[in-house]
Amino acid sequence: MRPVARRATPTSGRLGPRPGEVIDRARPLRFTFDGRPYLAYEGDTIVSALLAAGESVFSRSFKYHRPRGVLSATFFDPNCTVQVGEEPNVRGAHRRVRNGDVVSAQNVWPSLRYDVKAANQAVGRFLSAGFYYKTFIKPEPLWPAYQQVLKRFAAGGVVGADDPHGYYDHRYAHVDVVVAGGGPAGIAAALGAAEAGAAVLLVEEEPHLGGHLRYGGPEALRLLGELRQELADAKGIEVLTDSVATGRYDGNWIAVHQRSVPGATERLVKVRAGALVVAAGLIERPYVFAGNDLPGVMLSTAAARLVNLYAVRPGTRAVVLSANAEGDAVAALLAAAGVEVAATLDARRAETVVAARGHGHLSSVETSQGRVVEADLLVTATGWTAPTSLLNMAGVRPTYDEAAARFVVGAEPSPGVFATGGLVGDASPEGLVAHGRAVGARAAAAAGCGKGAVLPELSPGPHPALFRSTTHGFVDYSEDVSSKDVFQAAAEGYDSPELAKRYTTATMGPSQGKLELVNFLGVLAEATGRSIGELGTTTWRPPYAPVSLGALAGRPHEPVRYSPIQPYHEAMGAKPLVAAQWIRPDHYGDPDAEVRRVREAVGLIDVTPLGKLLLVGKDTPALLNQLYVNKWSALRVGAVRYGVMCAEDGVVFDDGVCGRLGEDRYLMSTTSSGAGAVWEWVERWLQTAGRHLDVYVTPLTTAYASINVAGPASRTLLSRLVEGVDLAPEAFPYMAVREGSVAGVERCVLWRIGFTGELSYELHVPAGYGLFVWESLLDAGSDLGVGPFGIEAQRIMRLEKGHLIVGQDTDGLTQALGAGLDWLVKLDKADFVGKPELVWQANREDYDRLVALVPTDERTVPPEASQLLGIDGDIVGRITSSRHSPTLRHPICLARLAHHLATPGTVVRIHLPDGRDVPARVAETLAAYDSEGVKLRA
Amino acid sequence: MIQIPCPYCGLRNANEFASTGEVKPRPDVATATPAVWRAYLYDHRNPEGLVTEGWYHRAGCRKFLVVERHTQTNEIRSARPAGVAS
Repeated sequence: MRPVARRATPTSGRLGPRPGEVIDRARPLRFTFDGRPYLAYEGDTIVSALLAAGESVFSRSFKYHRPRGVLSATFFDPNCTVQVGEEPNVRGAHRRVRNGDVVSAQNVWPSLRYDVKAANQAVGRFLSAGFYYKTFIKPEPLWPAYQQVLKRFAAGGVVGADDPHGYYDHRYAHVDVVVAGGGPAGIAAALGAAEAGAAVLLVEEEPHLGGHLRYGGPEALRLLGELRQELADAKGIEVLTDSVATGRYDGNWIAVHQRSVPGATERLVKVRAGALVVAAGLIERPYVFAGNDLPGVMLSTAAARLVNLYAVRPGTRAVVLSANAEGDAVAALLAAAGVEVAATLDARRAETVVAARGHGHLSSVETSQGRVVEADLLVTATGWTAPTSLLNMAGVRPTYDEAAARFVVGAEPSPGVFATGGLVGDASPEGLVAHGRAVGARAAAAAGCGKGAVLPELSPGPHPALFRSTTHGFVDYSEDVSSKDVFQAAAEGYDSPELAKRYTTATMGPSQGKLELVNFLGVLAEATGRSIGELGTTTWRPPYAPVSLGALAGRPHEPVRYSPIQPYHEAMGAKPLVAAQWIRPDHYGDPDAEVRRVREAVGLIDVTPLGKLLLVGKDTPALLNQLYVNKWSALRVGAVRYGVMCAEDGVVFDDGVCGRLGEDRYLMSTTSSGAGAVWEWVERWLQTAGRHLDVYVTPLTTAYASINVAGPASRTLLSRLVEGVDLAPEAFPYMAVREGSVAGVERCVLWRIGFTGELSYELHVPAGYGLFVWESLLDAGSDLGVGPFGIEAQRIMRLEKGHLIVGQDTDGLTQALGAGLDWLVKLDKADFVGKPELVWQANREDYDRLVALVPTDERTVPPEASQLLGIDGDIVGRITSSRHSPTLRHPICLARLAHHLATPGTVVRIHLPDGRDVPARVAETLAAYDSEGVKLRA
Repeated sequence: MIQIPCPYCGLRNANEFASTGEVKPRPDVATATPAVWRAYLYDHRNPEGLVTEGWYHRAGCRKFLVVERHTQTNEIRSARPAGVAS
């Protein structure tokens, strides 16, 4: 255990007012961090406020639990991730403090200051490259224990199951030009495109436009002021700040994640753009040396941001390592802000840092000249990384420029895709603005606006190639990968970037390579004796920056459908059943009583969700012959037939009945869940192979309310309300269809069919009259004992009757003959969908059969999906449907069973979830109730 | 997201469509051997280059289309109603 000493005197503090500061000193805010109270100003980030208060440690590192502080002071600062209230993984160097925020450190136990797992540092190489692969392989029985250990290491916040859902939103935008990045080049590109008449969306990751101008000197602020004024006067530019273009997809389809937006938690904007301009700027690269992760070691841009944007003094005594003008400027800035600059090391003259030392915070810096300089701040300015992600996603392959020591792209790397600013080259702010303006005009022209512009020259300037000093330090701060790990990976043969990346996990953490990719490549190049150009780079994939799952999901869109009879079900307190999008009555309190009502008197069930398709045309029988496994040519007007559809692999796809209403007019029904798929299936045949057929299909599923009137008294009940149809058994026999009026409602379709096994009629009533007809039936049949029954009662009765449900008693491998449909399939038809497979199936024996099983123990209803066991204990099938039959007073089941055991009378064992096995006998017929079908035909 | 030029609706996002897979002739059911039939069912080519595939404009005009698409560039060469000669 190595506690981090709380420093007696704060190393930083708030400076006097700065010209470009983004804090509002008139608006103080209060928040807590790990239980202690802190003050912030409006505009402060969590990290800037804590730094101003003297804190410098914000997290413990991923593997070694080293104390970590600020590095880049941007969104992707690797070790500033905190929990804010219920929200985990908040980027503390980006998120603005809100009054009352409760902030806590992540990945610490028991606390940020006393972290037990910091012992990982002591064991040193314990967690080196490939550690997971080497250590947690054997023995396999210990894997669950390893999982528990590794879970402890996972860095991340806490999500509570009861946390409130935020309101997340989606928006669709159609613009001519998207500009990703609102620095000088990006703002100018937006202006250039808008001048050409383009509609522009300008996206900036930070809460304010301006890029590096915001934290530059007075000249930079003056130029930014001019650009902002021009932007305010321009027409056709929408600016999204605190938003990031996370991905570029085919056809310039761009995902923009708005991290803060009025009226919602976050919003995902899906943009289709004519042209994309990537103006992402440059990200400053850290330098690899021993101790480069100590709090107090930071990038020059971080120091500039802290001083100029938040008026925070990042230290009291500084060493500055600079390889460029920006670094030199920061040295001057620090001195002017009252920081003692103890040493400046000029990397252009081979001066460098060998090591940073300190316990919990930087205390001294060892230089290449052999000096040891006392300091609490070490600022490095050693080069730049080009965040080319969006361009890579567009198929662009940036090239590594040795002289500039970074990847670069041209201004027009791909049709419709443009780049400007630091990604293309180096220039004064005015030079970047000129280039951006021209690129914006050219992007507008690519989107069909204006004539474009002449592109000024922009190319990268020379920069020393600096990746690693003479010592080893961290390459990836998110994943705790050191340069030593990269060397080790190369020595073990993982010598390509893609392999070494996965082996070491470098660039795979939350920063996603933005800070560490080029250093990783530089160190790997050094280790393998090759150049970065030869190595190539890893693949950039979306998202460019993390996106919350809430933003991806957006608002919940779960449409539900109700039958017109729903008000009745609701009034009766029916238990709702969710069946696909439909909400249906499962039962009205007592399903067994509902079964008895149907078996003994008469009941009504709302079957509105049944799919209904009207087929009109002289070739309808030909279509039906093709789609169903049975024959349809001889179907007379007024007759109904059961049909099963298979797919081309012979697997049962849907079933239903189809009735011939008139000479060229048919009504097809489908299963409730198959209604949409069958409609598309029919359309597909009619639009492709069956294009010559004269058939028109109209979906009528919701045009009708459908009511099944079932039970011995159903005919008596209907006779009181039906007009225009002779209900006598000879005139309207089983499997017939008639059209007439019910309760005065004209143009109803009546089918005499029976899923329940009783005498029954299915009424299809114009939907607007559904509730009226339902209630009329209940009124007219009160003396007959009429009442409603729900899905559960229907399922019991169809099971008693041995009627299968497609998808429950069949599965994705069940061909028609394995579903007990031998009697239906007509292999003598010339063709139908799936015929070849069924011909071959008919010549085999080895397929599972659908059988009815009767458990010999009458008290046990084996749960659906229970396995069936053979003599040797091998699995020979499974229960597909099971219920207690209130009619027969014993359990009944349908099951899929191996063919050699499917003979009636065979006894198999049902393996119950509680471990018991109960015997069951294969029944003679699928129907346990009225197997002769006498009642149906009554 | 790629866009598909529907001959009825114009240029639309691909997520309005459902892919129905490679367009290929259905073997003659009278003569097809199991090998031929199952190649038709399960063996799908996935070349780098131009493919002819079916797309169904499910969230649009509900027409089945035949689309020529380049699998590397996603360039769409043509889109026509299914069942109509090219």
